[in-house]
Amino acid sequence: MKIAVCIKRTPDSETRFRIGASGGAIDEAGVKFDMDDFASYAVEVALQMKEKAGSGEVVVVALGPDNVQETLRKAMSMGADRAIQLKADAVPFDGLAVAKALAAELKAGGFDLVLFGKHAFDTSAGVVGTATAELLDFPCVTAVSKLEIANGKGTARRELEGAAEMVEFALPAVVTIDEGIARPRYPSLKGIMAAKKKPLESKPAQLGPVRVAVKGMALPPDRPPGRIIGEGTAAIPELVKLLQTEAKVL
Amino acid sequence: MANILVFAESRGTDLRKVAGEAVSVARRLADASGGGEVHALLAGPPGIAQKADVLGRYGADVVLVMEHTALATFARESIAATLAARAKAASYRAIVLGFSAQGRDLGPRLAARLDAPIASDVIDVQVAGDALTVKHPAYANKVVVTLTVTGSPAIVSIRPAAITATESPRTARVETIQPGTDPAASRVKVTQVVEGAKGRPDLADAPVIVAGGRGLKAPENFKLVEELADAFGNAAVGATRAVTDEGWRPHADQIGQTGRQVSPQLYVAVGISGAIQHLAGMRTSKTIVAINKDKEAPIFKVADYGIVGDVLEVVPALTSAVREAKKGH
Repeated sequence: MKIAVCIKRTPDSETRFRIGASGGAIDEAGVKFDMDDFASYAVEVALQMKEKAGSGEVVVVALGPDNVQETLRKAMSMGADRAIQLKADAVPFDGLAVAKALAAELKAGGFDLVLFGKHAFDTSAGVVGTATAELLDFPCVTAVSKLEIANGKGTARRELEGAAEMVEFALPAVVTIDEGIARPRYPSLKGIMAAKKKPLESKPAQLGPVRVAVKGMALPPDRPPGRIIGEGTAAIPELVKLLQTEAKVL
Repeated sequence: MANILVFAESRGTDLRKVAGEAVSVARRLADASGGGEVHALLAGPPGIAQKADVLGRYGADVVLVMEHTALATFARESIAATLAARAKAASYRAIVLGFSAQGRDLGPRLAARLDAPIASDVIDVQVAGDALTVKHPAYANKVVVTLTVTGSPAIVSIRPAAITATESPRTARVETIQPGTDPAASRVKVTQVVEGAKGRPDLADAPVIVAGGRGLKAPENFKLVEELADAFGNAAVGATRAVTDEGWRPHADQIGQTGRQVSPQLYVAVGISGAIQHLAGMRTSKTIVAINKDKEAPIFKVADYGIVGDVLEVVPALTSAVREAKKGH
């Protein structure tokens, strides 16, 4: 089975963000970047599938400037076989523009399965995977928390609000990966050494026109400082009174 | 003058709350662009047409009804094809839907099929002439991004419960619409729907959320959280990632950066230290109550009302007090 995993390099989620001087981007000074969490679950899912099948190929794809090569190497150190960088000066906020570049690359790749994270931490939009599926005319299942592939057919579990649906789909397909499906492995020293010799191909990204553009960024308003109203069960009458009279939620 | 198309989401024969919010947003956009019409697609199993008047109450001029037994579950390909065909046949300034399990799946499908720009998970939309701008919380709610969206139709998915639905009552014309593709012949087939906890609202809809963390010490103590939720009567139950990773609760209950993002009227954090990833999922709650034994826990920095104490003692006492307070009503 041939699996592509589209991954993204995003800022460390623990960062305390500041807005850059332009007002239209985060200040990247001192911010650490790594493979996006959801993308790392997708890589892990692909590697486990290949291991279970005993054969196959896992290809990782990332769009962006040369710093995404580090993210692609990390995926190869986890076990991916080769990597493709779709080179662009920056990754636009416009998910469809990115999907067009990915679909152009994946179209002739002969993949049985294309995996994405359900969304990326930075844009938090969840557009690219599904839009890529539509452009490839592949069936698509989004935000799956369980996935099995057998006999050319996939089954997946997808969380809904207060429920879950089990779905069945034909291959080739695009699947976007939710949390809880697999814990991403750490690259071994051997894996890191091997990754240095694995092929990483770089080619220009055929981005679509950018029609969703950042006008500005701001930090959300701060909450008022927290307040401890008391200790132990003795504080409960005061809490109930505040919930009734001040917060008016009881 | 410009018309707006809405996907009025349902599950089974129930309309989802976000459907009213989406129609309400569309009504405002139509009025702001010179008084166009709001057309809402209502797709579901036979009987769903009865919900058309609810959409009229929030400002839909036309309800496009599509009934089919295979629409009892989410027929993503057929609904996407129906909306895309409608948008190609008639001209719309925007297509509004919820950023829900269904809407976050459908939005990008429409964007690709219509070659239209899409803005996801928005908390505010403004239209003035050709300019459409949205506000979208990104970086797991840590940064609010203002985006300009160029081109029509602009696909806009709204964050559930972030925009209050206001009524703008009218009698909607009901039209029957044919499915774009056979809902029973999807390449993605729903084989089963597993219902979650009965009798409890979902995290997205609940005015009150009681959430538990590792401070509960053992999975069986989660019943304290359940009991407090029951005492409020209208509460959903959530959990931290530590708890879902341990398997005490299903992953679907996880509130935080990689889980659900919620903004209830009241959020009660039980035995939750308040890791930054958890705060990213709930810091927009209106009122936050925290109960934790460690007075230095970061949750107390955001809690409107904090109680320092052992959750195994404080929570049952709070449950009784809430029950008493509810009785007084």
